[in-house]
Amino acid sequence: MVPHYPTKRSALVPTLLYAQDEVGFLSDEVIAELAGRLDLTELEVRNVISYYSMLTTKPRGKFNVQVCTNISCLVRGGEEILQHCAKKLGVGHKGTTPDGLFSLEEVECIGACSWAPAAQVNYDFHENLTTEKMDKVLDECRMKA
Amino acid sequence: MADVTLTVDGKKVTAPAGTLLIEACKTVGIEVPSFCYYPNLSLQGACRMCLVKIEKMPKLQTACTTVIGEGMIVTSDSEEIKQARKSMLELLLGNHPLDCPVCDAGGECELQDMTFTYGAAESKFMEAKNHKDEQQWSPVVFFDRPRCILCYRCVRVCGEGMDVWALGVQNRGVSSVIAPNREDHLECEECGMCIDICPVGALTSGAYRYKTRPWEMKHVGTICTHCGDGCKTTLGVRRADTGMEIVRGDNRDKSGTNGDFLCIKGRYAFDFANHEDRLTQPLIRQNGKLSPATWEEAFELIGKTFAEIRDSDGGAKIGVIGSTRTTNEEDYLLSKFARVVLKTNNVDHHRTADFPALASALRGKEGATASMAEVFTAPAILLIGNDPTEQHPLLAWQIRNNVRLHRARLYVINSNSIKLRRQATSFVQIEPGMEGQAAAFLAGSDAAADTLANSSTKKEEWIALRDKLRGEQNLVIVFGSEIVGDGLAKLVKFGSAISGAKFVCLADYANSRGAADMGLYPDLLPGYHSIVGNSQFHQEWGEIPQAAGLDLPGMVEAGKAGQLEALYVVGSNPVGRLDIDPFTFSKSFVVVQDMFLTETAVIADVVLPAANAYEKSGTFTNTCGDLQLVKKAGEVTGTKSDFEMIVRIADAMGFEMRKLVPFGGGTRADMGQSRGAQSGEADRHAVWLEAHGLEPKMSPFDPTAILDEIQRLVPGYDVSRVNLLSGNSEHTSLAEAGTSAAHKPESVSPANDSLFSSGTLGRYSRALNSVSESHEVKTAEVSAD
Ligand code: SF4
Ligand code: SF4
Ligand code: SF4
Ligand code: FES
Ligand code: FES
Repeated sequence: MVPHYPTKRSALVPTLLYAQDEVGFLSDEVIAELAGRLDLTELEVRNVISYYSMLTTKPRGKFNVQVCTNISCLVRGGEEILQHCAKKLGVGHKGTTPDGLFSLEEVECIGACSWAPAAQVNYDFHENLTTEKMDKVLDECRMKA
Repeated sequence: MADVTLTVDGKKVTAPAGTLLIEACKTVGIEVPSFCYYPNLSLQGACRMCLVKIEKMPKLQTACTTVIGEGMIVTSDSEEIKQARKSMLELLLGNHPLDCPVCDAGGECELQDMTFTYGAAESKFMEAKNHKDEQQWSPVVFFDRPRCILCYRCVRVCGEGMDVWALGVQNRGVSSVIAPNREDHLECEECGMCIDICPVGALTSGAYRYKTRPWEMKHVGTICTHCGDGCKTTLGVRRADTGMEIVRGDNRDKSGTNGDFLCIKGRYAFDFANHEDRLTQPLIRQNGKLSPATWEEAFELIGKTFAEIRDSDGGAKIGVIGSTRTTNEEDYLLSKFARVVLKTNNVDHHRTADFPALASALRGKEGATASMAEVFTAPAILLIGNDPTEQHPLLAWQIRNNVRLHRARLYVINSNSIKLRRQATSFVQIEPGMEGQAAAFLAGSDAAADTLANSSTKKEEWIALRDKLRGEQNLVIVFGSEIVGDGLAKLVKFGSAISGAKFVCLADYANSRGAADMGLYPDLLPGYHSIVGNSQFHQEWGEIPQAAGLDLPGMVEAGKAGQLEALYVVGSNPVGRLDIDPFTFSKSFVVVQDMFLTETAVIADVVLPAANAYEKSGTFTNTCGDLQLVKKAGEVTGTKSDFEMIVRIADAMGFEMRKLVPFGGGTRADMGQSRGAQSGEADRHAVWLEAHGLEPKMSPFDPTAILDEIQRLVPGYDVSRVNLLSGNSEHTSLAEAGTSAAHKPESVSPANDSLFSSGTLGRYSRALNSVSESHEVKTAEVSAD
C-alpha cells in the first residue's frame, strides 16, 4: 500500500484501519510495527490515533455500536436510541459488554442526517431507527456471533 | 529572487519574492503579533494572532502564512484587527489558569504582553477551568498543561530543529495536549530548547522553576564554558550571601552565533559554580595536611619557592600546566609568565586537537578556516570523524539546520553510524582508526582506497565520493581529533585544490583553541611561533630560554625521576583526566589553582581557590577560531581569577609588574567600594564605563591590558575591537601564524565527553549528573526486558 502514496507517512491512517480490523485494536506491538515500517516515531503514530475517534488503542467488542446524537438525530430521537442500547447492553458510552460482543459509543454526526436517527455498527449503517429496529439490529449481530 | 513591492500601513516595503508578510513587516519596523509563528520553523497557522487586513481579500488573513505579492495593500492595525486579536486572546485565556504571580514566565510571557497590549477581554465563559497537575517529564523539563496555548513551537523545534522528535500533540480540538515520547516522560537530548521557545510558562526548567522572578536578576550574555563551540549563554545572576549567584542560563540574548540554540550544558550546567565543594580559601600543606591559610601566606610561599628553584637549579626544573577553560588573556599571561618569570619552557596543556599541524598546513592561506556562522551557510560540508551531536552540539545544530533550510550537501565519513548521517547526502562508514587513510585517499592516494574499501563501501564508491567532493565549491571540511599530523596535512592538501574550501578542526573544551593559539606548548610561543628564533615575542618579552621544554608526558617522566622540583597547575586536572599516577609528583612542590579539590589538587602543596570563566572577564576563541568576549556574571567570595593569581605570584617573585602586564594606559577612575554598605558601587562604575566603551586598564589585574598585547602581537588576532566589545564574534586567522616547530600528534587525546558530561567540571554539575543518572536508569530498564 505504501507505494500508492507520495510520502510514506501518508499511508498511516489506512494502515491503522486495516490493522485495527485485523487485530481488533491498536496494540503497542501494532504501533511499534507500523512506526518501523513507515519511518515514524511511535509518538507520531500515537498522536494520529488519538486524533481520530474511530481508532482505538483498547480492545472493543466485536460489534462497535455507534449511536449518533448530533443535532438531526437528536431531534429525531437519537438520545432515546442511545439510552435504549445502554439499557439493553448494560453498558454506557465507551463501555464493552462482559462477553466482549458489544461496545457502545455516543458519536457526533455520521453523515446520515437525512435518515436520522442513525447508528453505525462497525462499517454498516442503520437508519430511520426506532427502538424496535435497533433491537433487531442488535439481535442479528448476536446471531452472527 | 526578484523583489516585490507592497504597502503596509502606508509604508512602502520591498522584499524578495517568497518572503512571508510577517517577515516583510519586520523589515520596516512593523511588528505583527504572533504565537505560533517562529522564524525558521515550519508554518503552523494555529493561533490567528497575526491577522491583518489585505485589500481585495474578503476576510482578515494570517500574516505568518501569506506570501507577499506585488502591489498588496496591507493594514496591520485597525479597530477590526484589534477586536479579532482580542477575541483570540479571550479564547486562549478561557482555560488559562492566570497564575501569573507564581508562574516562571511571569514578567517575560508573550501571553501577558499581548493581553497587556490588546486589553483584558471580558470573559464570557462560566465553566470551571480544567485543571491538570504539573508533570515532570525529565530532570530538566516540567510541563504545566493548563498554561499551554497550543502554539506547537516546542513540537517543531524539538523535531525540525533538534531532529529529536520527542514531543507530539495528542487528541484534537479543545482536548489537544502536548505529549512526551515515552507516555509520561521524555527520552531526549535534554537541550531545553522547548522550554526557551515556549511563549508562556507551560514548559519550565527543573534548574530554575520557582527560584526567582525574571526582574530580580541581572542578565549577562557570556560564552559557555563547556565544549569548544562558543555558544553565547545569558546567565541570570542575583545577589547572594556568597557574592553573585547564577540562577539561570538561557538564550534570552540571541546575539550569539548560536542564535536560538543552546545545549543542556550551556543552559543548565552553570550550577557547578554554586556547588558546596567550591574552595574559598587558600590551602597550604602543613604536617602532611592541606590547611587553610591567608592569600598573603600562600603567595609568599609560592613566590619564594619558585624563585629559589629558578635561581639555584634553573627554571627548567619547573613545569607549568595550563587550562583549556581559562581565558586567552590568562593563557597568554601564563605562557609569558613561564618563559620570562619562571624561565622555563616546560609548558603544556591537555591537547584535544592538533592545532600546530593545522597552523603549519594553513600558513600563507588567507581565509582558510570557517567560522561557526559559515557552517550554517556553506553549500556543502564534509565531516570526518567526531560525533558532533554528542561532542559539538552547536556545530551539529548548524549542520542540521543548514541542510534543512538551505539544502546543503553533507558528506559524512565516520567509524560509527552517528546521528548526523540522517542529514547526510552520503554517509560512509569506515573502520575505527582509518580516518587518516581516508584523508590520504582524498588527497590522491589511490592505494589508500584499497585499505578503505570494505563490504559496505567498494573502491569505486570511494572514488565516486572523491569526485563528487572535488566538484564542490566553498566546501567546509570539519574533522575531529582522529585527524592529526600527517593526515591533517593531507586533508589540507585535498581541500586546497577545492575553490573556496575552508577548515574546522574540532577541539573539545571551551578555550582549547585559545590555549593552543596562546602558546601553552613547550616548543611554541603564542601564534605558533617557534621557541627558537627571533619572533616578535623574543623581541618584546625579553630573554626567553631557547631550548624546547618538556611536554606533559615529559614532565611526568621528570617527576618520576625526581627531576621536576616544582609543578604549577592552572585550572587543569591532569591526574584525574589523563590517568597520571598521583605519586608521580610527590617529590615536587605542586601548586594548583582550581575551583575544587580535584585529584590533582589533593596532591598539591598549595591550593589556590579559583574563579571560573563565568566569574571573570576576558576572551575565548572557539574551535573554529571565532574570538568572543567573556563577561563576568557570577561571583563567589573568597576566589580570585587565575589572571590575578598569576600576577600576584610574579609580584611575590619580585618581578617588575609592567613588564608582565602593560597596564596603566587606559582610563583612570575611582571604582568605589566593592564590599560593605556601598557594595555594588564598583559594579555600577564598571557598567557605566562599559556603556561608554571605556576600558579601565587601571591595575595589573585588568586582562584588557593583555588583550592589547595579544591583538598587537599574536598573528590573526588583530580583529575589530569595537565589534568584539559589542558582543559579536570576530574570526581570527592562521594565515600569518609562525613556522610551528615539530610537535607530537600522538599527544592529542580527546576528552570523549558526551552531551551530558564535561570533564572534571561536569562532575560538579547537579543538572548534568541527574540527567545522566536518569538516562542510565532507563537504559538499564530497556536492556532488562
Ligand atoms: S529538551 Fe530538547 S530534546 Fe528534549 S523535548 Fe525539549 S526540545 Fe526536545
Ligand atoms: S508547551 Fe508552550 S511551546 Fe509547547 S505548545 Fe504549549 S505553549 Fe506552545
Ligand atoms: S554546544 Fe557547546 S558551547 Fe554550546 S551550549 Fe553546548 S556545550 Fe556550550
Ligand atoms: S446528525 Fe446524526 S447522522 Fe448527522
Ligand atoms: S502567528 Fe500566524 S497564525 Fe499563529
